[in-house]
Amino acid sequence: MSDYGIRIEGLRKRYGKGDTAVDALKDVNMQVAPGEVVGLIGPSGSGKSTLLKSLGAVIEPSAGRMVLGEQVIYDDGWKVRDLRALRRDKIGFVFQAPYLIPFLDVTDNVALLPMLAGVANAQARARALELLTALDVQHRARAMPSQLSGGEQQRVAIARGLVNRPPVILADEPTAPLDSVRAMAVIRILNDMARTYETAIIVVTHDEKIIPTFKRIYHIRDGVTHEEAGEGRAFA
Amino acid sequence: MISLAGRDILHAWGKFAFTGVGLGLLIGVTLSMAGVYRGMVDDGKALLDNSGADLWVVQQDTLGPYAESSSLADDAYRGILTMPGVAAAANVTYLTMQVRKGERDVRAMVVGIAPALRGVAPGWPPYLVAGRQITRSHYEAVADVSSGFALGDRLAIRRSQYTVVGLTRRMVSSSGDPMVFIPLKDAQEAQFLKDNDAIWQSRRRSEANPSFNRPGVPGLFDAVIASQSSNASVNAVLVTLKPGQAPDVVAESIRRWKRLTVYTRAQMEGILVGKLIATSSRQIGMFLVILAIVSATIVAFIIYSLTMDKIREIAVLKLIGTRNRTIAAMIMQQAVALGLIGFAVGKISATFAVPIFPKYVLLTPLDALAGLFVVLVICVLASLVSIRMALKVDPAEAIGG
Ligand SMILES: Nc1ncnc2c1ncn2[C@@H]1O[C@H](COP(=O)(O)OP(=O)(O)O)[C@@H](O)[C@H]1O
Ligand SMILES: [Mg+2]
Repeated sequence: MSDYGIRIEGLRKRYGKGDTAVDALKDVNMQVAPGEVVGLIGPSGSGKSTLLKSLGAVIEPSAGRMVLGEQVIYDDGWKVRDLRALRRDKIGFVFQAPYLIPFLDVTDNVALLPMLAGVANAQARARALELLTALDVQHRARAMPSQLSGGEQQRVAIARGLVNRPPVILADEPTAPLDSVRAMAVIRILNDMARTYETAIIVVTHDEKIIPTFKRIYHIRDGVTHEEAGEGRAFA
Repeated sequence: MISLAGRDILHAWGKFAFTGVGLGLLIGVTLSMAGVYRGMVDDGKALLDNSGADLWVVQQDTLGPYAESSSLADDAYRGILTMPGVAAAANVTYLTMQVRKGERDVRAMVVGIAPALRGVAPGWPPYLVAGRQITRSHYEAVADVSSGFALGDRLAIRRSQYTVVGLTRRMVSSSGDPMVFIPLKDAQEAQFLKDNDAIWQSRRRSEANPSFNRPGVPGLFDAVIASQSSNASVNAVLVTLKPGQAPDVVAESIRRWKRLTVYTRAQMEGILVGKLIATSSRQIGMFLVILAIVSATIVAFIIYSLTMDKIREIAVLKLIGTRNRTIAAMIMQQAVALGLIGFAVGKISATFAVPIFPKYVLLTPLDALAGLFVVLVICVLASLVSIRMALKVDPAEAIGG
């Protein structure tokens, strides 16, 4: 295990060309250790989504370097041939909206990822159930997503993000639709999961309620990151 | 791996069921149309089979007697009987007309059949479902049950009354009209006899003609009148061959020696299918093409809207590493499932609809199989638009702005 779950150095991203070009990321530098949860905070249009998309291997940055664990995934160009497999095996995604698959029940929504990676159905479901239990939604295992409350849906979405035991989790405003009690519960879960599974987690947020929980925070403004110490209040 | 398509169908089963039934009714209409065509071909074959003939001798250079009118002398059969290889030869007349029974009239093909020396002559109905064959030489009829006539019914054909003495089944013309068999003499009269006014007119003309009405030749005028009012024509001579005779060879010798046009069974079938019902079959073919296009549009539209509803989920599936192949398979399987539901509903509804059609409708397993194949091809093609769209979805959309 390397020192860092995620290491980003001098990452740049320019959208478009010529006069209409937008430099969304100008100089992004981040390091997140395995088991650590860091906050990424910035005003609208500062480049947060662009950063998540780059790290999530769904858009190609323009320059810089990204390392996941010991694997250099980007160094002025992709260093990984199968980005799809990279996303499936190395990166967990948690979104603002849960985006569960409406025609699969809770268990299969979570079990789908290991199934896509070739794990047998029974084994994938067992793994899903283990995470649902850890997230305290195992009693909803056979329910359809539409039957769940917002908080339950978000926990299922987190279970899905975690089920392949990715070394990295990218969470985009995961608490935005939740009240403060549920928001704090989600942050607690992310911290627990980070510790249990040695996962490096980046949480993009505006949410004033959860900002004090981070030990380290990256501020991003006009595509440039600045690191600062957080309060790390509830999770010292 | 679980079946994403299957799960989605189970989840949205109502939508699938409704669309499947709608599509199914359309497919049912399509299968029935094909059945109508097959029925027409089969009616034609039944017509040929039931005539019991190996060869059809008709007026020179005509496609008669079914596709074109044909008229030949009613004693031509005697010469044909003497040809080597010929077992039997019998006159026959065909006339499609309205046959009246009381107030009601039915469109029927009136067949004049020659008296049989022993048993059944060519042209006679090969079997009856009720009653007996015609035994008198006048005013008896054998009718097909599809005419709705019953034993003992009195039918009016032209100026004469006929009693139904026998009933047949599946004895129909190539356009599906029921056959009514009557004695040849009566049929010749019905077909060729002039009405009284016309006879009177022609008698008056002949009387005024000095070369027919010669004062010095008594009896000539009467002979002329007699020949004018007799009906010495029939539409065809049906010929059966002795066992082991090649139809083509016998046909060729009749053509050469009797200077008449002769068709074998295979040629007659070619005329019926290739000429008589050719326009109808093109008409039906046109309908089939339109129905196929409509079905394809429906499937494409439904699959497209189902896929549109899932764009977000597809972006998420892609983001979490689902292969394009898996997503394409999901969409295509749904289209195929829709096609299968539609086909099943269509096959069942067509089967139930068949007896309601006024004409014979024949559903063949081979047509059903071809229909299934076409439905599946249409569904696969119709899903391509949606698949293209799904594959263009950017996984980055799942992350949002
Ligand atoms: N696909 C794109 N094409 C062009 N410009 C873009 C695109 N996506 C984002 N941008 C621009 O890049 C900048 C950063 O956007 P984004 O990463 O969405 O910021 P945030 O998520 O922090 O609001 C903004 O100025 C935005 O207009
Ligand atoms: Mg954003």
